[in-house]
Amino acid sequence: MMAMQQIETPQTGSPKNVQPLLRITGLTTEFRLEGGRRLQAVQDVDLDIGAGEILGLVGESGSGKSVFAQSILRLVQPPGQVVAGAIAFEGRSVMDMSARELSRWRGRDVGMIFQQPQSCLNPVRRIGWQVAEPLLLQEKLSRKAAWAGAVDLLRAVGIPAPEEKVLAYPHQLSGGQAQRVMIAIALALKPKLLIADEPTTALDVTIQAQILELLRESCRMLGTSLLLVTHDLGVVARLADRVAVMYAGRIVEEGPVETMLTAPAHPYTQGLIGAAPQLGQARGVRLKDIPGTIPDLSRLGAGCAFAPRCDARAGQNLESCTLSQPLPVSIRPRHRALCFAAKASSAVSPCEISP
Amino acid sequence: MLQYVARRLLLLIPVVIGILLVTFLMKALIPTDAVTAIYSGTLSEKDAAEAIATLRAKYHLDLPWYQQFYIYVRDLMSGDFGESIRLRKPVMDELGYRYVNTIILTLAALAIALVVGLTTGILAAVKRNSWLDVTATTIGLFGISMPAFFFGLLLILVFAVWLRWLPVVPRGTMALLLPAVALGLIEAAPISQVARTSMIDVLGRDYIQAARARGASEFALVVRHALPNALIVVLTLVGLQIGNLLGGAFIIEAIFGWHGIGELAVNAIEWRDFTLTQAIILISAATYLVVNLVADILYAWLDPRVELNS
Amino acid sequence: MSVILLDEPLVPTPPRWRRFVARLLRNPSVVVGGTILILLILLALFAPWVAPYDPFKVNPVQRLKPPSWLHLMGTDEVGRDLFSRLIFGSRYFLLICIVTASISASIGTLLGLIAGAGSVVTESIIMRLIDVMLAFPYILMVLVIVAILGPSLWTGMISIGIAGIPGYARLVRSAVLTVKREDYVVSARALGASEADILFRTILPNVLSPLIVYLAFSMPLAALVTSSLSFIGLGTQPPAPEWGAMLVNSRTYLFSAWWAVTGPGMALFISIFGLNILGNGLRDVLDPRSAA
Repeated sequence: MMAMQQIETPQTGSPKNVQPLLRITGLTTEFRLEGGRRLQAVQDVDLDIGAGEILGLVGESGSGKSVFAQSILRLVQPPGQVVAGAIAFEGRSVMDMSARELSRWRGRDVGMIFQQPQSCLNPVRRIGWQVAEPLLLQEKLSRKAAWAGAVDLLRAVGIPAPEEKVLAYPHQLSGGQAQRVMIAIALALKPKLLIADEPTTALDVTIQAQILELLRESCRMLGTSLLLVTHDLGVVARLADRVAVMYAGRIVEEGPVETMLTAPAHPYTQGLIGAAPQLGQARGVRLKDIPGTIPDLSRLGAGCAFAPRCDARAGQNLESCTLSQPLPVSIRPRHRALCFAAKASSAVSPCEISP
Repeated sequence: MLQYVARRLLLLIPVVIGILLVTFLMKALIPTDAVTAIYSGTLSEKDAAEAIATLRAKYHLDLPWYQQFYIYVRDLMSGDFGESIRLRKPVMDELGYRYVNTIILTLAALAIALVVGLTTGILAAVKRNSWLDVTATTIGLFGISMPAFFFGLLLILVFAVWLRWLPVVPRGTMALLLPAVALGLIEAAPISQVARTSMIDVLGRDYIQAARARGASEFALVVRHALPNALIVVLTLVGLQIGNLLGGAFIIEAIFGWHGIGELAVNAIEWRDFTLTQAIILISAATYLVVNLVADILYAWLDPRVELNS
Repeated sequence: MSVILLDEPLVPTPPRWRRFVARLLRNPSVVVGGTILILLILLALFAPWVAPYDPFKVNPVQRLKPPSWLHLMGTDEVGRDLFSRLIFGSRYFLLICIVTASISASIGTLLGLIAGAGSVVTESIIMRLIDVMLAFPYILMVLVIVAILGPSLWTGMISIGIAGIPGYARLVRSAVLTVKREDYVVSARALGASEADILFRTILPNVLSPLIVYLAFSMPLAALVTSSLSFIGLGTQPPAPEWGAMLVNSRTYLFSAWWAVTGPGMALFISIFGLNILGNGLRDVLDPRSAA
C-alpha cells in the first residue's frame, strides 16, 4: 500500500499550479441522425494533458473515444459537430481559431496518427511527397531540402533504405512500415502534442510492440505529449503515465496509471481490468466479463449510462443511478470517478488512508 | 510498362479481327450490292448481265467469302480502302481531310466537356447539398435528356437568330464554336456526374482526414490530395466518352454543315455507297479502339496501384 | 378463435405490392417521371380525340403560322397543325421505346443468362461477340446495322434494339455470376431442379431489379438515338409525325418559324427527361445502395 503511494508521485506530469498543455472543458460532440434524432458521441468531457505526459484513453469500440480524439483537432465532419465546450492549447482557444490559424496549428503544434495507416496514406502519391509535404507547406523549405528532410525522417522512424522508400507508393509498404511513415509525418515538425488513435490495432502483434516503443521514444526525445487512444489495457499499462476511461461518451474515471490499474474506483473500470487477463496484479482472481453491451448512444436515459450493466448498482440497489447523472468524485489526489457507488467502494479500499 | 502495352495489344487482336469481319460482312450481307443497283433499269437485260459480271469480277464479288475477306484485309493493309462508287474516286481522297475535321470537332468538344464537367462536378462535390450542387445535378439530368441535334438547333436559334451574336453562316473558328459547344456541353453532363461521385468518395477517405489533421487547408485538400485520385476515375470514363463524342459528331455535323466523316457517313448510307460507309465505320472503330487503348495505358501509368508487370 | 385473433396485429399489414407502391409514390422523382409517362400514354391512346386537326392534313393557306388560338403551337411548312402532330408523335415515341427495349432486353437477357449459366465454350463465344459489338461506339453500331438494313422507322428501331443487346447481356451475366453462388441457388440444385428451372425460376427473378433499373435508363437513350436517326434522315421518314423526323424539314425554317423547331424538340426533351428521372427514382427505390 505504501509502495503504491510512492509510485503515485508524478513522474512527468506538470505541477498542479501550472497551466497544462491542453485543457478540455465540457466538450460535447453531437451527430445529427436521419429523422432528426441526435446522438451525443462525446458528452461533457473535461480532460487535461500536461507537457511531455503520456495519457492513455481507454474504452470499448463505440465508446466515443475516436470521435473525442478528432474533436480535439476539430476534425469532426458533418453530420457531426462539436456543440459545446472549450479547448485551450497553451491558453489559446482552439474553438475560436480561424480556418487559417487552425490549419497552421494542426500542422505545427499537434500531430495525429490513425488506426489504419495504409488507408491514411494517399494511394497515388509517393511516400516522399507525403512526408515532405509538411516541410514544404508549413516550413516553406525548398523542394530539395524537403525531400532530404523526408529521407531523414524516414530513417529516424526506422524505415530501412529510406532513400529508396521515399519513391515507393503506399501499397508497397507493410502495415508496420506505413504506421512508421505516419509517425514520421506526424512528428515532422516536432509537435507539442501527438494524438494516436488506436495506432497498433490493425498491426501484427509482433509489430505492435515495436511501434509502441517507437512512439514512446520519439515522444520522449522531442518532449511531445501523447494522447494514446486504445481499447487495449495492456498498451496503456506499458506506456501511459495517466489513464482516462471512456464509456458511452463520458470519461467515467481518470487517474495515474498505477492506482487506476490496481485500485480502480468505477465499476466499469473494475470490469475492464477484470476482463483483461495479462495485467497480472490480481492473479488468481476469477476473470469476469462485463455483462451486456454498450448502449445505443441516441437512446440514453437520464441516469448513468452504465447502470444497466452495473454490478455495484445491482448489489447496493442505488436508485439514483437510473435517475440522474453522477457527479465527479475525487477518490484521491488526481484520481476521480463518475459514479454514485465510487466513494463507497473506495472507502473500503486501503488507499483511502493517503492524505 | 512495355510488357503491359504488349499484353494489351495482344488482347486487341481478336477484337480487330471481329471489327474487320463486321465491316466486311456489312457489304456481303446487303441484299442488292451496289453493282446491281447501279445498272438496274439502265441497260438491256443481256448487256446488264454482262456488265454486272465484269464488275463483279473486278470487285471480287464472284469469289467465296473467305477469299473476299482475305482480299479485303490485304487491300486494307496496303492502304487501299477501295473506290467510292458514288464519288468515283478513291475513298481515302475524300476521307482524309474529313477525318481531320471530325477529330478537330471531337477534341474541341472534349475540351469543353472536360472543363465544364470537371469544374461543375468538383464544385458540386465540395459544396455538397448546396444550391450549387442541386443546380449542377439538375442541369446534368437535363444534359442526358437533351437530344444533341435539338440542342444544336436551339443554340443557332438563340445566338444566331435572336441575339445575333454569331453570324448565321459562320466561317473558320466560328464555324467550330457552335457544334463544339453543343456536343461538349451535352457530354459534360456524364463527366460532371462521375466527377462529383468520385470526388465525394475520395473526400470521405481516411487519407483526406489524415491530411486535414496535419494542417492541409480545405483548398489544398481538394486540389493537392483529392483531385489526382478523382481524375484517375474520370479518365476511365473519357475513353468511353470519346466514343459518344464521335457518335454525337455524326449527328451534329449534319446540322452545322461541318464537313467531317459523320456528314459523309449519313450521305453514304443514303446513297447506299457501301465502300464509303465501310471505310468510315472502319476508321471510326479503329480510332475508338486506339483512344481506349491509350486511355487504358494512361490509366495504368497514372495509377500506381495497377501492377504493370504481373 | 379468439386466441388466434389475439396473435394477429391490430392493424393488418398491407400486402407487399401495396407497400412497394407506397414507397414508389413517396419518391418525388418517380412521381414527376411517372406523371409524364402516364400523360404520354394517355395522349397516345386518345390521340384522335385530343388532337384538334388531322395530323396529315395539308393546308397551304395556313402554312408557317405562329402559335394562336386556332393553332395552339402554330403550323408547319405545309400548313399542318403542329399541336395535333405533336400529340400523334407520342405514339411513335412510345412505340420506339417499347420495340427497342423489347429487342435489346429479351435477346440481351437471354444471352446474358446463357453466358452466365452455360458452359465455358458458350460463354466465351457470346462474350467475344459482345466485345466486338462494344468495340464500336453505340451510334456507330446503330449506323452499321442501318446501313445493312436500309433506312426506315422499323429498321431504325431494330438497329437500336440490336445495338442495345451487349449492355443487357453484360449486366445479366455478371448478375447471374453473383447469384449463382448464393445459397438458395445451390440448394435448389441440390433439391434436383433442372438447369432451365434454376435459370428461369430461381436466378432470373433475382436479377430482375438491376434489370428494371437498366431498362429505365436505356429506354430514354434508345428513344433519343432513334429520333436522332430520324433527324439525319436514316430513321422514320416524313411525313410521319415522329418528333425527330418533324425537325428534318422545319429546321430549314429556323429563321422564320422557330416554333416548328422548338415544339417537337421540347416534346422530345420533356419525354426523355421524364423517363430519365423515373429511372433515377426507380434506382433509388429498388437499389438504394447504388445511389450516391
